[in-house]
Amino acid sequence: MGSKMSFDKPDPDNAFITLCREIDYQEGPLSGIPIAIKDNISTAGIQTTCGSKILKGYIPPYDAHVITLIRSAGGAIVGKTNMDEFGMGTTTESSAFGPTTNPVDPTRVPGGSSGGSAAAVASGLVRMALGTDTGGSIRCPASFCGIVGLKPTYGRVSRYGLIAYANSLEQIGPLARNVRDCALLYSCIAGYDPRDGTSLDLPAPTPLRSEIQGKRIGVPAEFFGEGVDPAVASVVQSGIQRLEELGAVIVPCSMPSMRYALAAYYVTSMSEASSNLGRYDGVRYGQAPDTVRSWHDAYSEIRRAGFGEEVRRRILLGSFALSAGYQGKYYAKAQAARQMVRDDFERLFESVDIIAGPTMPTVAFRLGETSDPLSMYLADILTVPANLAGVPALSVPCGTAHGMPVGLQLIGRHFAEDEILAAALAFEEGSA
Amino acid sequence: MTVIIGLEIHCQLNTNTKLFCGCSTDYRDDGPNTHVCPVCLGLPGSLPVLNRQAVVYALRVAKALHCEVPEFSEFARKNYFYPDLPKAFQITQYDKPLALGGYIEIEAEAGGEKRINLTRIHMEEDPGRLVHKGSGDRGRYTLVDYNRSGVPLIEIVTEPELSSPKEARRFLNKLRATLEYLGIYDSEREGSLRVDANISIKGYERVEVKNITSYKGVEKALTFEITRQKGMIRRNAQIVRETRHYQEARGVTTSARSKEMEHDYRYFPEPDLAPLQVSSWVEEIELPELPDTRRDRFMQQYGISLNHARTLTGDLRLAEFFEEVASGIPEVAAPWTADILLGELNYRDMPISKVPVPHFNALLEEVKKGTITDTSAVEILRLLLNQVMEGSTPEMPGAVIARLGLSKEEGGAFREIVASVLAENGPAVADQRAGKAGAINFLVGQVMKATRGRADPKEIARIIEDLLKE
Repeated sequence: MGSKMSFDKPDPDNAFITLCREIDYQEGPLSGIPIAIKDNISTAGIQTTCGSKILKGYIPPYDAHVITLIRSAGGAIVGKTNMDEFGMGTTTESSAFGPTTNPVDPTRVPGGSSGGSAAAVASGLVRMALGTDTGGSIRCPASFCGIVGLKPTYGRVSRYGLIAYANSLEQIGPLARNVRDCALLYSCIAGYDPRDGTSLDLPAPTPLRSEIQGKRIGVPAEFFGEGVDPAVASVVQSGIQRLEELGAVIVPCSMPSMRYALAAYYVTSMSEASSNLGRYDGVRYGQAPDTVRSWHDAYSEIRRAGFGEEVRRRILLGSFALSAGYQGKYYAKAQAARQMVRDDFERLFESVDIIAGPTMPTVAFRLGETSDPLSMYLADILTVPANLAGVPALSVPCGTAHGMPVGLQLIGRHFAEDEILAAALAFEEGSA
Repeated sequence: MTVIIGLEIHCQLNTNTKLFCGCSTDYRDDGPNTHVCPVCLGLPGSLPVLNRQAVVYALRVAKALHCEVPEFSEFARKNYFYPDLPKAFQITQYDKPLALGGYIEIEAEAGGEKRINLTRIHMEEDPGRLVHKGSGDRGRYTLVDYNRSGVPLIEIVTEPELSSPKEARRFLNKLRATLEYLGIYDSEREGSLRVDANISIKGYERVEVKNITSYKGVEKALTFEITRQKGMIRRNAQIVRETRHYQEARGVTTSARSKEMEHDYRYFPEPDLAPLQVSSWVEEIELPELPDTRRDRFMQQYGISLNHARTLTGDLRLAEFFEEVASGIPEVAAPWTADILLGELNYRDMPISKVPVPHFNALLEEVKKGTITDTSAVEILRLLLNQVMEGSTPEMPGAVIARLGLSKEEGGAFREIVASVLAENGPAVADQRAGKAGAINFLVGQVMKATRGRADPKEIARIIEDLLKE
């Protein structure tokens, strides 16, 4: 039954934190396919760091639900990929294990935070990979590296074993070089898991088909607003035109809540993160403090030394947003804004089947280009709405601008992964 | 000076498994960190899954205490750092608790019933436990045991309506009994009931006393704290609003936290758990007979007094014990259980469950038949309890009576002893002859002493009078 595989390839883009040289795998739909796993998904016996110094050396005693599913489907887990520390970034530069470079142009970032997974797929090191998407962390690197990435509906894929950054926003999803592989990996990880209280019990995904004829595709004006590189906008506009040529009906529309989406996203994600990351205290796992001090001082010391700058910034901002006297002004308001985004999607999906636009406002940044955190946060503007509303969204290659890949983003109704994958496949086939 | 007391009671629910994972809650006889998993250790990536049984148990309490269960309730995270808290937050309930309102009726100090209103009941998880080891400045260290981490708790919060430590004790006794009757709580599990108290003197600041780890400590802690506050008022010292810790061993409260260590718990809804919608479950819950109903039934069914019925139903195991022994002879069983046995058990700090029913039953039969005196019966009971405590096989009362010759003897057998007591106590005999009150009691007492209580005092008094007439 079981087979063995060795995986001994160079990793010029620093896509991996941990590589498994010898891999056992079983028979199944993924039999023998090398699969890379983002390093925030728990793998029994394989170091899982979240790209952070504070978890260096942590070897989980259990497998995440998706890992169990991939193993039983025959997938060969070849390693753990680099990422922005705890998923907090859009470039994979904030990893404690050094930045990952973009296989298309090594002077540029692969996007983030699932940059290692995207680079491993784009460079051909692996056929498919798992990433996680809290505010665009699958779709952004898919767009920057010219591959396909899907963020499923919230609740569709179990989060059991996914090391939390922002629980209410994030989902595990597939990255692959084409829609078929992306759909194949998705079909293996979707499903109910009683160990995740937010997991939903729904029928299995239907077999992938190509379908675009007659679909009503909404294009919100806000997706082409301020901050979107005109070269990127133009590539995506022509992509949308191609959808129309393939039989889709294009419906111009508006999403006024986009104004509040970024603020709602950052306040919510930082608040949740400030709570989630409290457990890294050096007591049970990770690096232990090397001093004999009061627990209070030891905690401060290990957390100061163990977390990177961006993580510390988000913990502080999140703690502030939740603190007494400010919670109503920040956290509560963010939840109200989040509801407006949900309402907007609900309203739009009454008259359209799919919403389309650019995945990212720009092509991949140059390494070190986004040193200012605020400009980096702004880059998430087009991806965060889907996380706030919990709806599925994917990025599919759409052409190039400035010689770099551009992604077309397709957003569907809750649990309509099949529908956006069918449209993406039609687009991919039509573009070929 | 009017005393105002409000209580917050944490009670461990005796579910089979923990609140958010499948680990067993029955850890007390096992080694440290043997009942743990990724969830209750707070390992990265683990997620909580709500234990349905715990919700049902909490709702049983809510129904029994007449609370309102809102349509929606919600879990929230209470964020703080402490080494016994593996996730650095406790999953609890904040502004949307499981149950609101409700009340408990207690015996008022002035007699009659007093209703104590409840604010709320919410569910939460217990943290782990710190074990402090070593001694001296450099040799001390602390170990963490996560077996307790994730055990389901309910927190019951009262309105500030208790007016004395005695009322607080009565409230807790009533609450504890109710929780036991509901089958959701095991009083024999150490640390299964913990109390925080808010205490103030009317017109002054309120002080929170934490860490009262046994319900027996509550009356002592409250009495100490009230005395301290009244003393401060008399000395014109200012009572500051603060948290104090109860030091069980010393019976005092000490100031706990300085201002800069005050926590901001940064509560927010737990994103990993869906809101609870369980108000419809309440109807399906069938409550067992509760202490007040059982008390009334005891009075009716066994013809016993209100005081005896109240005492006997104040503890589930005691009530069940009584029903086992009472069936044939309630008029003997009630006073012997409620007054004598309970006193002897308290003296020994021994649980009722250790008393062998057949032995106690046989003893009551002997008392009823009149084969032994009350004094002898108490002697036999003490012997029985001591044998149980020592772990030796308890003797049946019949055997003890035979071995020690405790059988109540016919008056004739004592005539000689009475005669010699009279001969030795000339002055008392003279007093008795002179009709002085109390002399006869003294003489009876002397005879009882000489017979080691085997004699019936009334019989002895008759013999004394007989002999003196001769």
